[in-house]
Amino acid sequence: MSDNTQTITLTVNGQQITRLVRIRQHLVDFLRIELGLTGSHLGCEHGVCGACSVRVDNCVVRGCLMLAVQVDGSVVETVEGLTESGEISDLQDNFVERDALQCGFCTSGMLITAAELLRDAAPKSRDEIRDFLSGNYCRCTGYHAIVDAVEMTLKQRLEGQS
Amino acid sequence: MKAPELGYKRAESVGQVIELLASYGDDARVLAGGQSLMPTLNMRLSKPKLLVDINQLNALKGISFEDGIVRVGALARHAEIMRSTVIFEKLPLIAEAMPYVAHVAIRNRGTFGGSIALADPAAELPACVLALGATIVVESARGQREIPASDYFKGLFETERRPDELLIEVRIPSIGMKGVHVFSELSRRQGDFAVAGVACAAEIDGDTISSARLVYFASEDRPTLATNAVTAITNKVWSEGSRASVLDALGDDLDPMENLQGSSEFKLHLQRVLTGRVLDEAIARARAR
Repeated sequence: MSDNTQTITLTVNGQQITRLVRIRQHLVDFLRIELGLTGSHLGCEHGVCGACSVRVDNCVVRGCLMLAVQVDGSVVETVEGLTESGEISDLQDNFVERDALQCGFCTSGMLITAAELLRDAAPKSRDEIRDFLSGNYCRCTGYHAIVDAVEMTLKQRLEGQS
Repeated sequence: MKAPELGYKRAESVGQVIELLASYGDDARVLAGGQSLMPTLNMRLSKPKLLVDINQLNALKGISFEDGIVRVGALARHAEIMRSTVIFEKLPLIAEAMPYVAHVAIRNRGTFGGSIALADPAAELPACVLALGATIVVESARGQREIPASDYFKGLFETERRPDELLIEVRIPSIGMKGVHVFSELSRRQGDFAVAGVACAAEIDGDTISSARLVYFASEDRPTLATNAVTAITNKVWSEGSRASVLDALGDDLDPMENLQGSSEFKLHLQRVLTGRVLDEAIARARAR
């Protein structure tokens, strides 16, 4: 093992994997290049745009601001995993229903961030939804349709509970 | 936009971090939340030889309250601060500031100690710890050192902490129910860097401001206690007259840096607007008690 590489073991979308990684490689490059999970996107690569959002140990994080070596021993979930588990299928349906995406570049980050808000299943105003999503840029939709889709999903989940 | 080649060590103890900092000096960087360090690596603004990852160190975690002092471990994450009942009950100024700190994904990783160690002039928490008269605890091979917040912030991203010192915790006194706290900030977008901001900790008796600390951020090179403005309102009844004198005096305290966020005059104007708002709000909160 050279000084510039390290072996890591982690769980990605429910599957345990072990890989030798370069220390300078950030988490999303690792997911995209080494594992072929291209659902997480790279926009700005300095933590501003939110396109790289992934879930690490149950919390949404900027995937470009963590090194792959840092997630040794962690549980990582990407949009592929959340899609497969069905956790966000209602949200994804509502994104389609409300035309909440055009080019789709920001969508995986939006979904993962919104999933964290929806997980609490607590009533939220449109302003609170906007605040929660404020760290994710979308250059197509003007955001209204995204807020619509999240609001609609939250409403459906709260109705489903009662 | 990729980090340079560098070494990485996941630290297992505070002692190990201190040893590494002592031997590497400026060539090592402590990696806490990484929400400011990683962008500088990706943009190649910083090129350390070694990252010392402190995220596993339990000694640096947690928030507790004892003998009137809140202890915030360096690794307490912003999301944890936001959910903390200790912070909500004992440090309402910080509770009010937290929603302005970045966005959810960044708050899930970013740490209290990281914000204080970096001392970004536009950051909320350095202003709060200065307003609250906190003490910053650092440790090196020479031992622990307690630095009052008033001596800690030295300039643009410059602090009293030396390269071989690890920030351990911040101790923040709770002034209890007597105090009135107000935090306000203006930014172009929710969670973005502040254009102007003020943290206010005051004691108010009726409509009289018996003492106050007004700390401004985003406009100066460091969080700045406005001594002239404070003098102008201390032991004064809040009125149109004292409003005019505090806004006038603020011009002697601040000399805002011009940047992409706005000109010096624009920022001074905004700081004055915020001053009026936070003092109005402080009086309103004192009356509502």
